[in-house]
Amino acid sequence: MDMLGKYKTCVAARSTSSEILKSSQDGGIVTQMFIYALEEGIIDGAIVAGPGDEPWKPKPMVATTPEEILAARGTRYNISPNMAVIKESVRKYGLDKVGIVGTPCQMQALRKAQLYPVGMRYVTDKIALAMGIFCMENFSYQSMKQIVEDHCNVDLHSLKKTDIGKGKYWAYTNRGAVSQIPLKVTHKYEQPGCHVCLDYVANMGDISTGSVGSPDGWSTVFVRSTNGDNIWKKAVEAGVFEVKAIDSVKPGLDLVTKLATEKITKNQKELEHRAKMGVNKGLRNPYI
Amino acid sequence: MGLLSLIFGRKEKKPVEVKPPQPVATPKPVASVKQESHKEERPVSNKITLGHVHMSGCIGCCVSIADTYGGLFTLLDNYADLVYSLTLVDVRHIPKMDVALVEGSVCLQDELSIEEIKETRERATVVVALGGCSAYGNITRFSRGGQFNQPQHESYVPISKLIDVDVYIPGCAPNPEVIRNVAVMAYLLLKGNDAQKKLATAYLAPLMALAKDGSRIESDSEACGCDIMLKVINQGLCMGCGTCAASCPVFAISMEYGKPNIDREMCIKCGACYSSCPRSFFSFDVCGDYENILGAITAAMNPGGN
Ligand SMILES: Cc1cc2nc3c(=O)[nH]c(=O)nc-3n(C[C@H](O)[C@H](O)[C@H](O)COP(=O)(O)OP(=O)(O)OC[C@H]3O[C@@H](n4cnc5c(N)ncnc54)[C@H](O)[C@@H]3O)c2cc1C
Ligand code: SF4
Ligand code: SF4
Ligand code: SF4
Repeated sequence: MDMLGKYKTCVAARSTSSEILKSSQDGGIVTQMFIYALEEGIIDGAIVAGPGDEPWKPKPMVATTPEEILAARGTRYNISPNMAVIKESVRKYGLDKVGIVGTPCQMQALRKAQLYPVGMRYVTDKIALAMGIFCMENFSYQSMKQIVEDHCNVDLHSLKKTDIGKGKYWAYTNRGAVSQIPLKVTHKYEQPGCHVCLDYVANMGDISTGSVGSPDGWSTVFVRSTNGDNIWKKAVEAGVFEVKAIDSVKPGLDLVTKLATEKITKNQKELEHRAKMGVNKGLRNPYI
Repeated sequence: MGLLSLIFGRKEKKPVEVKPPQPVATPKPVASVKQESHKEERPVSNKITLGHVHMSGCIGCCVSIADTYGGLFTLLDNYADLVYSLTLVDVRHIPKMDVALVEGSVCLQDELSIEEIKETRERATVVVALGGCSAYGNITRFSRGGQFNQPQHESYVPISKLIDVDVYIPGCAPNPEVIRNVAVMAYLLLKGNDAQKKLATAYLAPLMALAKDGSRIESDSEACGCDIMLKVINQGLCMGCGTCAASCPVFAISMEYGKPNIDREMCIKCGACYSSCPRSFFSFDVCGDYENILGAITAAMNPGGN
């Protein structure tokens, strides 16, 4: 299995806009890319994880202005079913060129929908830019609430940012307090479906990005498809990103490869375990 | 060439001789006559033959075929000869053909339908269940009879309950793009080179697996909306992407706290949600190669390069 997927280039980068960096998760790659693409007419809107009706519960939303894209910045470690509004983005919002951000599994869903667009008449041919984000695992809303409120002892209303890094789950409050717990505490709350996931770095995004591999405040960026390559080159030329060679930064690509390998091998074992879970019986394997 | 070119009077580069589908007069058995002189004068000689068989359905699938727009002309011009079709071809009995696209379910009280579906199986190399009714029964599953002008018609089953089916195209109505993709892949499978055959096999494999499952007499796959519950969520596979909700034509699925909630009263059993879920089937080889495959399909549909 190819741990990092196909890619044309890999760099460390961040947005050159301090406004975007103010509350984006890492280097603001996703937000910057969508705003740039919107302003250049590469997309007419983007599907993002917008603010939901409960604190930190994301709601998939079709953003058509830079303000809406900005409002959806940052990582919510619970499920945002972004694919759910893909039909709406074309039918209700009338977009011809759709941007979409998503976890590796959502990128898989997107590519499957492009090849087998069952029940989506002339929708998936309108995808103009797919931004994948690295992902080790996700949590249900209730799980995240449990982690933040019960384990980190932070009220969701006062939570400013959550992050996973350096083996810990971090909760930052609006008033500047920081709470952290070891990741081994969070494992049992993970979404079960994540345990069969065989992709860490969003192999099927046009461009994919995450924090791992680059210094704090920067992002690791893989440019993967021809489409992604064209758009990325234009954006860099326009000066919206600051870019460094990936082998010039610490900890670099080795850590990305290490984590990807860990995730994929662990989950491949889980698939084998599932296949033999019962007595002469097992669970389904979705990968044919 | 193709029938539609004639119907719509589109100009062909070469004048095409139109022959009625009668046995061609047997050439004189003279040994000295060279074989080449009897070659057919069709611009594309290795087209596949395609039929559209209509059972009990609403004609929506037929509209979907037409909804491939220019694509239908390209398909008929370059890849397939339409040998049977309710609306377009004046042929009364199901002929021999490579691929039969069957639309609609079978009414058990309609003898003719039963005969026709059996004939289709006998005469077609590949039988494709086109659309929800044909594959899963869809809305016709809810029929209880008592309707004019055939009140006794009350039991409708997907075609796989009576014959083996090779490929399923779920959905109500089926998506024109999937029809196009399957048509191109069926062509490559039957007429392509080794690499193309391999690609087509990989692409069609999951749709064939759905058909195989549906063709088992004890199959539980008519549940459709419930398939998401039974085969994805109950199996610990759902990761909350929302594709199922987007693909449901009747908005029976909403995402609640990141997971699909299925309103079973609303589900019409079209099969779209389960087949589009990335956790029903997913091939890294096929889906991971999306750029090349989509490129190849686009190229096949625009042979002139426009
Ligand atoms: C569940 C999850 C797990 C992750 N795990 C890792 C990891 O292990 N290693 C790593 O390097 N990076 C991981 N990331 C990615 C990382 O947290 C950042 O999202 C990524 O680096 C992009 O940062 P940015 O500053 O470029 O984006 P920003 O400019 O901050 O934009 C982030 C975009 O992601 C969207 N988004 C937020 N939450 C979700 C969600 N739950 N589902 C879908 N879209 C969402 C937002 O709407 C926004 O458009 C994970 C992200 C998620 C959602
Ligand atoms: S771990 Fe995999 S399945 Fe889970 S949210 Fe991330 S990408 Fe999706
Ligand atoms: S499409 Fe499948 S994985 Fe995605 S939300 Fe629906 S059931 Fe879950
Ligand atoms: S829930 Fe919707 S998509 Fe799924 S089978 Fe029923 S009608 Fe079709």
